[in-house]
Amino acid sequence: MQAFEYVSAKSVGEAVGVLSQHGEGARLMAGGTDVLVQLRAGRRPQVKVLVDVKGIGELNELSYNDRQGLIIGAAVPCYRIYEDPTVIKRYPGIVDSASIIGSVQIQGRASLGGNICNATPSADGIPPLIALGAVCIIAGPNNSRRELPLEQLFAGPGRTTLQNGEMLISVRVPPPPANSGAQYLRFTPRNEMDIAVAGVGAAITLNAAKNTFVSGRVVLAAVAPIPLLVPAAGQALAGKPVNDETIGKAAEAAVAAAVPITDMRGTIEYRKHLVGVLTRRALQGAIQRAKGV
Amino acid sequence: MVQQAKEKAKYKVIGTRPIRHDGVDKVTGRAQYGADIRPTGLLYAKMLRSPHAHARIKKIDVSRALAHPGVRAVVTSADLAEQPPRIADLGEGSFTNMGFLCMNVLARGKVLFKGHAVAAVAAINAHVAEEAVGLIDVEYEVLPVVLDGLEAMKPDAPLLHERLASLSNPNVRPGGLMDESDKRKGSNVANHFVFEIGDIAKGFAQASIVVERWYKVSAAHQGYIEPLSATAKWNPDSSLTIWCSSQGHFTIREQTAKLLGLPVSKVKVVPMEIGGGFGAKTQVFLEPVVALLSKKSGHPVKMTINRTEVFEAIGPTSGGYVRAKMGVTTEGRIIAADATLVYEAGAFPGSPVSGGAQCLLGPYDIPNARVEGYDVVVNKPKVTAYRAPGAPSGAFAAESLIDEIAQQLKMDPIDFRLMNSAKEGTRRVSGPVFGSVGFVEVLKAAKAHPHWKAPLTGKNRGRGVAAGFWHNGAGPASATVSVNADGTVNLVEGSPDIGGSRATAAMQVAEVLGLRAEDVRPQVADTESIGFTSTTGGSGATFKTGWASHDAAQEVKQQMLARAATIWNVKPDDLKYEGGVISHKSDPALRMPFRDLAARLNDTGGPIAGRGAVNPRGVGAALSVNIADVEVDPDTGKTTVLRYTAIQDVGTAIHPSYVEGQMQGGAVQGIGWALTEEFYFSDKGQMMNSSFLDYRMPTALDIPMIDTVVVEVPNPGHPFGVRGVGEVCIVPPLAAIGNAIHRATGVRMHTLPMSPNNLQRAIAKKGDDVHWTVPTSNGASQSMKAAVDAEGIERHE
Ligand SMILES: Cc1cc2nc3c(=O)[nH]c(=O)nc-3n(C[C@H](O)[C@H](O)[C@H](O)COP(=O)(O)OP(=O)(O)OC[C@H]3O[C@@H](n4cnc5c(N)ncnc54)[C@H](O)[C@@H]3O)c2cc1C
Repeated sequence: MQAFEYVSAKSVGEAVGVLSQHGEGARLMAGGTDVLVQLRAGRRPQVKVLVDVKGIGELNELSYNDRQGLIIGAAVPCYRIYEDPTVIKRYPGIVDSASIIGSVQIQGRASLGGNICNATPSADGIPPLIALGAVCIIAGPNNSRRELPLEQLFAGPGRTTLQNGEMLISVRVPPPPANSGAQYLRFTPRNEMDIAVAGVGAAITLNAAKNTFVSGRVVLAAVAPIPLLVPAAGQALAGKPVNDETIGKAAEAAVAAAVPITDMRGTIEYRKHLVGVLTRRALQGAIQRAKGV
Repeated sequence: MVQQAKEKAKYKVIGTRPIRHDGVDKVTGRAQYGADIRPTGLLYAKMLRSPHAHARIKKIDVSRALAHPGVRAVVTSADLAEQPPRIADLGEGSFTNMGFLCMNVLARGKVLFKGHAVAAVAAINAHVAEEAVGLIDVEYEVLPVVLDGLEAMKPDAPLLHERLASLSNPNVRPGGLMDESDKRKGSNVANHFVFEIGDIAKGFAQASIVVERWYKVSAAHQGYIEPLSATAKWNPDSSLTIWCSSQGHFTIREQTAKLLGLPVSKVKVVPMEIGGGFGAKTQVFLEPVVALLSKKSGHPVKMTINRTEVFEAIGPTSGGYVRAKMGVTTEGRIIAADATLVYEAGAFPGSPVSGGAQCLLGPYDIPNARVEGYDVVVNKPKVTAYRAPGAPSGAFAAESLIDEIAQQLKMDPIDFRLMNSAKEGTRRVSGPVFGSVGFVEVLKAAKAHPHWKAPLTGKNRGRGVAAGFWHNGAGPASATVSVNADGTVNLVEGSPDIGGSRATAAMQVAEVLGLRAEDVRPQVADTESIGFTSTTGGSGATFKTGWASHDAAQEVKQQMLARAATIWNVKPDDLKYEGGVISHKSDPALRMPFRDLAARLNDTGGPIAGRGAVNPRGVGAALSVNIADVEVDPDTGKTTVLRYTAIQDVGTAIHPSYVEGQMQGGAVQGIGWALTEEFYFSDKGQMMNSSFLDYRMPTALDIPMIDTVVVEVPNPGHPFGVRGVGEVCIVPPLAAIGNAIHRATGVRMHTLPMSPNNLQRAIAKKGDDVHWTVPTSNGASQSMKAAVDAEGIERHE
């Protein structure tokens, strides 16, 4: 493993300072379950400084209020998220993903911030957050802050649109509307310790009678260079009755949008096929949750 | 559940479940595994491995690495004397082609697979060694690769070894090169042989149903938890000490000594605890390299490789192709069988195709049969042995075919197997005749098991059954037993303990001497402290080292009787030894427990020790049947194993828990091989999934409890009836799962693994029929035949 400096940052300013100074040579570390693996495998040869962000208070925040919604600090490990009673009650779609990343051991370290900023197409944490309309809070040089819808953060496999000196502070997830539900499903050959062959996050809102879709968002994992929001799937749902036909239309839109590659985790045909299966199942699951059953 | 065929409770210790002697050290983390040895002044080594699957090495420049201040030594194949490409008998019936072994240890002239060792560095720590490896400059001329066995047989295929001879002998795995004088072109076919019995033409003519199917089988890695590690100290007197975890420290000694040109007496190998091997840790990879680094640097040197290196360079078992054809009468008798196996050996000859060929029809009595095997080299790591080497893939084909035929005949698949079952006296296609075997008993136990009778309801569910055979092996073994003054005994033996053999050898000593298992203190000793003992393999350790331990204990018993006779001034023949007590046959006053006599030995004539040194014949064959219930998600192709039962003839279960553990472990490995484990190579021969994250061995969440039925049909060839149990258990699962999937989905899989991706495709296409032919109408196979004739090598009958 290459030699690197280790900085335990105590404030956002300090972390941003190191990032600005070293550019490509510096990398943040939350749980380290991606970045340390990459360093060991020699996949980030340019990294000379690793900045541990777990000591920064803001990045460890996990809170909810009815106005803002849910704030998930970028370094909060998965286990805190899926054990949090508010998250369990209001955001089961986030529990779906936080509780399947890696294994119990990995979940003790891995953060959603790291999952997002690592920006792999197969990341499980991202689709339900995008589906739920999450917004990134980003800090940059000179105490600057900006907000960005999560789906706009990704530039390609392993690449984000974060600029030099910028870091993710937290994601904010709006309060769930009435009659809404979300679910994330992934397909893996094994039941644990596996990476998604394909994944689908779906969030929907129903009318008061719960027989018509008001809106819906469908987000795909592992079938495109980035986590893929499929607006056409949402359009196929909005205003349509809750039935198999509508769900099938949305699934078709998702399949049409998927542009997977063939690799060791699956072929193009198989992945597209799975997108259809998982979209139908995730929508069904989200509907069940919206109906409160 | 243990089912004994013979009378119960014949033994006091055998058949009980004492705590293993090495258990406390292992569960408290104190056991010393390969990487745990740290001699003073230790240096750390790292291997430079080939980035290409096939390339000529044009130049290696190590000067930049040597100039690094932390580097103490660098070696390449230039430091390792070239070995003639001849087959060496390493003295214990283990044959190795030293030339190929030498080139596998450090590439010479060409690299033949991605990950092939090219050079090694010893440095002050592992990080410096890793950095310095990057400072070695190698110039390669990249060559075309061939990754598939059938492709490699084509006349225009790239050749790995320009002068590879095509042998025709199933008993010679390591292969060889053509004579200098032979000017013909070599091929990638290292071996091509045929086993034949009866007359298949006649047999097929008499059959009322003939079914022929083609299968594509896949490589699987042993997946042992401990990556390889070796430490060497080259001593000033030119002797060498090696610490490593292996399945046979004596074979590590012989191989290292041969490669380094040392007499075996100059090489001492100290066995460390082994974290799994399953066959792979039976040959040298790192040992000669660290020895040379130690010689050059004057320091002890350790090399521990990582998981990626294990996957890329330490061979799995073979992938390849199997064709099977059977002719059956209307009553369900298999009257003729014909099979072809093409196994990929990796970069050097020596696939387990012979094992596959000898075993695929093993469970059955088939009068007319022919099995043909091809050993083919390809640009992948050289395969190593894996639990019943070669047998699982062959059985996948034969047992899937049998299931299909039983269905056509509307026969219960267990009844069909019972009708055709091998029995004592049945001759196998490979020649040997069965001694006492328990196949019929195993099949009957399967049929009687509640699992077989339980109704299986619900959609997309199916139950499959399959059998498996493994011939087992043994080899020489040594043991000594010495008596301690407190009434315990020390057992010193030479079988590295992979599956609990310390405990099972100790229990055999305890049984002979009428002691408790805990009264025997077993120890696996280094190559200078115990007589020669062959590798822990072929499911043979409990058989052979158990036998040597039995003999050593018998000798102790005789000496104890003689000593008591001296003390009492009576004839030894008038004494008897029962339950750990020596007594006079007629005088009840003369009675002395082992413990009391043990305390008096030094005053009454001196210490007592016994020895056992054996090279036993009579290993019993092993047969197993597995029942699997699965549920398939037809939308995703994912198979969930709902219930699983393994039934096996184990001879005598010395320690039933360890027998059950072997059966469960074998079943789990077989299920992984069947469903999720897979090597992904790029078309350039790069393994794309060299981690446990992407090489998908099942986890605890993927496997149900494996129920076991231990059937005991004692092996008359062993003092306690032991039969090897460790390997046959991986033979049936592949077909058991495939047969269950067929009943769940209607789709019969001919391709391994039956991964979700492959199964979903097959469900969508209503089948995955495979067809292939061995490329015969070309120069390669003719020259192969010619080479065989020229060398006058006999065909095995
Ligand atoms: C065995 C194993 C199994 C895994 N299984 C899964 C799985 O099932 N599903 C899945 O999605 N992932 C999986 N992963 C990947 C990984 O665990 C997750 O992506 C995890 O969420 C990463 O979080 P982390 O806190 O460990 O990230 P880190 O490794 O600390 O960081 C990841 C990346 O994000 C950057 N980063 C971290 N924090 C910030 C920040 N605040 N601002 C800007 N950049 C930042 C880092 O520089 C780095 O590039 C697995 C990993 C392993 C080792």
